[in-house]
Amino acid sequence: MSLEAHVAPRRPLRRLTVTDFRSYERASLSLDGRAVYLYGPNGAGKTNLLEAVSLLAPGRGLRHAPLVEIGRRMPGEAVGRAWSVAAVLDDPDEGGDGDYRIGTGLESPGSVRRTVRLQGQTVPPARLSDQIRLVWLTPQQDRLFLEGPSDRRRFFDRLVHAAEPGHASAASTYEKALRERMRLLTEARDAGRAVDGAWLTALEAQAATSGAALSMARARTILALQAEIEGRADRPFPQADLSLTGEWEQMALSGAPEADLEAKLARALAVGRERDAGAGRALSGPHRGDLAVQHREKDRPAAECSTGEQKALLLNLVLAQAARLSRAVSAPNPVLLLDEVAAHLDAMRRAALFDEIEALGLQAFLTGTDEALFSDLKGRAQGVHVDAGSLTIAEDR
Amino acid sequence: MAAAGPEIERLIALLAKLPGLGPRSARRAALALLKRREQLLLPLTEAMADAGARVRPCQTCGALDTCDPCAVCSDGSRDGRLICVVEEVGALWALERGGSFRGRYHVLGGLLSALDGVGPEALRVEELIARVVDTDVREVILALPATVDGQTTAHYLADRLSGAANAISVTMLARGVPVGGELDWLDDGTIAQALRARRPV
Ligand SMILES: Nc1ncnc2c1ncn2[C@@H]1O[C@H](COP(=O)(O)OP(=O)(O)O)[C@@H](O)[C@H]1O
Ligand SMILES: [Mg+2]
Ligand SMILES: [Zn+2]
Repeated sequence: MSLEAHVAPRRPLRRLTVTDFRSYERASLSLDGRAVYLYGPNGAGKTNLLEAVSLLAPGRGLRHAPLVEIGRRMPGEAVGRAWSVAAVLDDPDEGGDGDYRIGTGLESPGSVRRTVRLQGQTVPPARLSDQIRLVWLTPQQDRLFLEGPSDRRRFFDRLVHAAEPGHASAASTYEKALRERMRLLTEARDAGRAVDGAWLTALEAQAATSGAALSMARARTILALQAEIEGRADRPFPQADLSLTGEWEQMALSGAPEADLEAKLARALAVGRERDAGAGRALSGPHRGDLAVQHREKDRPAAECSTGEQKALLLNLVLAQAARLSRAVSAPNPVLLLDEVAAHLDAMRRAALFDEIEALGLQAFLTGTDEALFSDLKGRAQGVHVDAGSLTIAEDR
Repeated sequence: MAAAGPEIERLIALLAKLPGLGPRSARRAALALLKRREQLLLPLTEAMADAGARVRPCQTCGALDTCDPCAVCSDGSRDGRLICVVEEVGALWALERGGSFRGRYHVLGGLLSALDGVGPEALRVEELIARVVDTDVREVILALPATVDGQTTAHYLADRLSGAANAISVTMLARGVPVGGELDWLDDGTIAQALRARRPV
């Protein structure tokens, strides 16, 4: 029940090679641009491979793991090897030899930073977003609606980041400025002296600029995702009503200009100094924002829905973002990583998911223990058998 | 594992304190020096002793030179109404290499960082204020990194300067130039462009 004609991803990953990456000594995979499903027993290395792909985006990847943990380790070894992930895309330049090479990894086993290379040139990791955008959903996120707001924030911010890469630097500026401010406030309080007003104001100005940018980007994304979801109302997924409950995001959603948000946030921080010093943290600001998702048909918040429904709601968000990105011709190609996604979905929703991925022309990577979970994908996706760190492309039947 | 003897170990330990050198590269550097005694070790010893005896920070701007005031501060052809504030001497050198700046400098000696325990008193802030108040400075250009610490320091200085002297203008280098980066890494053309396109704080 494909609703749209099949479209091919604009610039898919053509080849993926991992070296000393988790359970893999060395493995390579040639890809034809269609979706990929990885199947194999528990511990075979399916999630490891998804993690490798996720490191083609800036940040710490889908496990949010420390860099030294990623390198292949023998039992008892404390520090992993110098690992690498190399990928080949089509070269967007006419004059090139057709290949565009992306590489990332550690230069030596104990490196504190990973190196990123584009076409052989070392570049800052943020530049990865010029070539490829990653969106993912993992089993760790299954309890997202049941737990505290920080994981939800991180999940949502990653989605924002896939559309607006500047979001990450705004977030880190904001956090750093707030940490510095907190340190000044507590030091002054502990020493019983007055705070340095000019210094605090300088920090609050930066927190306000970056915090306003953060809130605006979140608001833009939530509106765009909701519009995307409305536009695909005929799918067998539960419809999600999205909102942002934080005070600053609410203001952004109400159409307030960014400059107003910035001025108001700067004022709120200045007024809140004493209170924040007492609390040991900033009590107001976009770092407290939260994502709320409502199951429209049931008229219930996601937290009150079944595990499978929650998964479907999350999938709704992730697919909506991937769909937006795949349509944005000027943006790099999105790659979608769905770890163990089939497990919670009934056969009908699974088929709907596969149809959707195909219709959107997404290069998605899906994993599952049992090949049968993907029987609907046979012939329209690449099957890869994963076993003990080796990858075999299955016969196309 | 002090297989090398105390003199060499001390040399290695000191070399390892240099930026960019870890224990392993310090070992290699020490070996290279010792193996090339005439060509490298002795000339280097002499150059270091010479620099140690004669190079001092300029009391006015904080630059490093063998005279005080430094060559830039005592050069009468430079525009004393224009002061460019930099984090470290390395940035000053980069701007001088570019050759497009004709004013004078002020080296802060670091950036504000509460988490690293660097406050205004650890930087040459009061010296800057005094310079601006005592001389006929018209414009202060803040050539500081686009990092949180760099921009906090820029905001802070702009605030202090406008409180100290209201007739001066405070500007920053054009946006998008030193993103999280240091001036020393930029090529001369980029620096000249950033200077031309400066804007009010
Ligand atoms: N740094 C590492 N070095 C070697 N093996 C690792 C490393 N990190 C994880 N592993 C191994 O990878 C396996 C898990 O792979 P994973 O991709 O999570 O499996 P699955 O196929 O079930 O998703 C485990 O057996 C684990 O021991
Ligand atoms: Mg797994
Ligand atoms: Zn001087």
